[in-house]
Amino acid sequence: MTHLKMPDVNQHSLDSRQKIISDLQAICPGEAVISHENEMRAFESDGLTAYRQIPLVVVLPQTTEQVSQVLKYCHDNDIRVVPRGAGTSLSGGALPLEDGVLLGMGKFNKILDIDYDNRCVTVEPGVTNLGITHAVEAQGFYYAPDPSSQIACSIGGNIAENSGGVHSLKYGLTTNNVLGFEVVLITGEVIQIGGKHMDSEGYDLMGILTGSEGLLGVITKVTVRILRKPETARALLIGFPSSENAGQCVADVISSGVIAAGMEMMDKPAIHAAEDFVHAGYPLDVEALLIVELDGPEVEVDHLIDAVSKIAHDNKAVSVLASTNEEERLNFWAGRKAAFPAVGRISPDYYCMDGTIPRHQLPTVLSRMAEMSAKYDLRVANVFHAGDGNMHPLILYDANVPGELEKTEEFGADILKLCVEVGGVLTGEHGVGVEKRDLMPAMFSQTDMEHQQRLKCAFDAKGLLNPGKVFPQLYHCAEMGKMHISGGKLPFPDIPRF
Amino acid sequence: MSNQEKNQTFKPASEADVCDMVKWALTNKQRIDVFGTHTRRNVGKPMQTTCGLDLSDLSGVQLYEPEELVLGAGAGSTLAEIERLLADNNQQFEFEPPNFSHLLGNKTSGTLGGMVACGFAGPRRVKAGSVRDHVLGARAVSGRGEIFKSGGRVVKNVTGYDLPKVLTSSWGTLAAMTQLTFKVLPKPETESTLVLTGLDVATANRAMTKALGSVVDVSGAAHLPDERTVLRLEGVKPSVKSRVATLQKILSEYGEIDVLGKAKSAKLWADIRDVKALSSNAESPIWRISVPPASGAKALALIEQHLDVTALMDWGGGLIWLEIHGEKTACAAQVRSTIAKTGGHATLFRASKKSRAGSAVFQPQPDALARLSQRVKSVFDPQGVLNPARMYEENS
Repeated sequence: MTHLKMPDVNQHSLDSRQKIISDLQAICPGEAVISHENEMRAFESDGLTAYRQIPLVVVLPQTTEQVSQVLKYCHDNDIRVVPRGAGTSLSGGALPLEDGVLLGMGKFNKILDIDYDNRCVTVEPGVTNLGITHAVEAQGFYYAPDPSSQIACSIGGNIAENSGGVHSLKYGLTTNNVLGFEVVLITGEVIQIGGKHMDSEGYDLMGILTGSEGLLGVITKVTVRILRKPETARALLIGFPSSENAGQCVADVISSGVIAAGMEMMDKPAIHAAEDFVHAGYPLDVEALLIVELDGPEVEVDHLIDAVSKIAHDNKAVSVLASTNEEERLNFWAGRKAAFPAVGRISPDYYCMDGTIPRHQLPTVLSRMAEMSAKYDLRVANVFHAGDGNMHPLILYDANVPGELEKTEEFGADILKLCVEVGGVLTGEHGVGVEKRDLMPAMFSQTDMEHQQRLKCAFDAKGLLNPGKVFPQLYHCAEMGKMHISGGKLPFPDIPRF
Repeated sequence: MSNQEKNQTFKPASEADVCDMVKWALTNKQRIDVFGTHTRRNVGKPMQTTCGLDLSDLSGVQLYEPEELVLGAGAGSTLAEIERLLADNNQQFEFEPPNFSHLLGNKTSGTLGGMVACGFAGPRRVKAGSVRDHVLGARAVSGRGEIFKSGGRVVKNVTGYDLPKVLTSSWGTLAAMTQLTFKVLPKPETESTLVLTGLDVATANRAMTKALGSVVDVSGAAHLPDERTVLRLEGVKPSVKSRVATLQKILSEYGEIDVLGKAKSAKLWADIRDVKALSSNAESPIWRISVPPASGAKALALIEQHLDVTALMDWGGGLIWLEIHGEKTACAAQVRSTIAKTGGHATLFRASKKSRAGSAVFQPQPDALARLSQRVKSVFDPQGVLNPARMYEENS
């Protein structure tokens, strides 16, 4: 494990461990409190497995009332809390704290209400992303955001991370698909925001809580909108002699007014790894491969397939294949969907990055990344949500080689800084967590970050919820709230007044 | 002489000057009326301010890359100017921002800052989301007199808290926005509207629910006071043609269906967006009510038990624009008791200053939520210098 500074341990919490365990058992009776080290191991890390920590104690409440009491208890006793959904975060958002209670939401697994007339579903936060779609697909509906971990990841975790997926250009991220939720603050207060109606009034706290990485509150109930499944979907598999051609093709498709359901790009190393693994029939003599998926009524999809094919040919595509049936479409996707495990086959370990860039910067970023790859002597394969500029460079390394993980992390940090440099952001969908925490100053000034951190103070004045995540430094809210005002005179006397 | 007349208004030319102005106000205990073109001055709680901050000079496009679907401009840029630029490139704000001139008696549709600060979306809300779903990034000066930025210029971004969301619909009470970046989208190639006539509200609500729950991807569903129920389909020509046919079959039980072509459809939806169906008479109060879409008819029936109203129902029943006739007050009790039964919220959109001062304009919040909202206000604007009490009463 590489060095990661976490908040100074609260010795009092460690010393009071036995009392905390018995107090939590009183709130959540039965087997809801896990305190044996061996049993707690299952919770020691999330999807970012390079970092591990056994928590102080694990509690698995079952009702909103229990969550409220647990949080109030922790608040009253200054005990830190780390909320956890399914533990699939790739940024260490659910990494436990040695002195913190790990609040697992796995028992909140019920679908509460399916309302086809209002096109929404209300569920508990532990229900998986795909579980929502499964509940409504017989009626022809689905839940649109589709992070690749959707079999396992929970909707509560999706809200915490504002998860995306390959269809986010057309259908949005989690934040665009949530209508309401019930959230418990660290004080134990239970708050309802939104509902089955559109546009909750007042400050958009739903917008702030979504993507807040468990730092502001714990979601106990959520209402999401569901959509009718498009009648048909077809995909194009397009090979290009260069990433510039592929990038230009994407720009031209969008300029022509077509918003595809998905546009995915892979570079040569990723294409080869995927093809060797799943034999999807990908062309191996190309530098970049583009999968464009179009969905809607059959006549529309056919029309757009022709339009996009023409744009591909105009951009020097060397191969253009259009799926003619569902089997072919899924086959086109098979390589892309298996890209991560495919890369896993050609390297002992890989590290998945998640920056977003303005799309036209792709050729620049790829060539700079190739230079870095040479400098660090580490291979990199690229998969890219080309429609929205979200890139997932996979750095290949071997954790058993001393120093290689550290070198990989340095390489990764350089890539993310490059993303910011060209006008992009540190993370498109995986979250900041602990992984990108210390890179936040690359994107935000101290003042920018203070405006975010003060918002945390409005929700959690003691800083007890998931500390050590997202922000590189902890502050006392009272101190950060102070104002130092200077300038008593109106500083621009010559401006127009009326 | 009224307060507004003796108050000074400042019109900074740069973000740095906005920042200085707020610092000056903090030092001198001033209370600022933050505005662009004041098109929505008479919406919200009347304010007791001591000076004005006119942001309309912070205008101009800084970034427009149609092929990247991104536009960034000064918050003082006029919506009309930006919409012209987008239209020249065959693009649009997909949330269909309304022009409230008809209801509020304005000459313009306002600025981008005003559009974001008030957060009102038009008919395409049912398909495309609201204003907040299209704001990618913002720069602003908080009530602490500090410049901050948040978000970015890319669609997919989860880096830090999504502050542009909390600035949207905050009515200028948290920060004076200086620059805004938006996701923009292509205009559909064509559109058609199906028109059903003579349905009562409950039947119309059911017809809209059926259409919105079908595969045809409806981008507008409204029921007008003249008993027309209208459903819009947009997209490429062959698709619209085929979906019109599909929707006609789906709705065949509701009687004769007329189909409007592109031009007539566009005109109709512009009128719905701008709420032309209600009167421009400033004397009659107007409420804007958001309820679960399938409960629209129920909400309206409950209100009609007590009041004589004209109603435009949009968002498939989820949005009710309600004009009240022949009453001396805004009738908040009757409207709000309805919301208590259906869920949702009601905003007193147009009413006399006295009415707006005398009752809550925005939906009153339960205690814990109200306290949290108050804390959010305080962290951005601890002294309450920006648009004081525009949304809710503030503890000072």
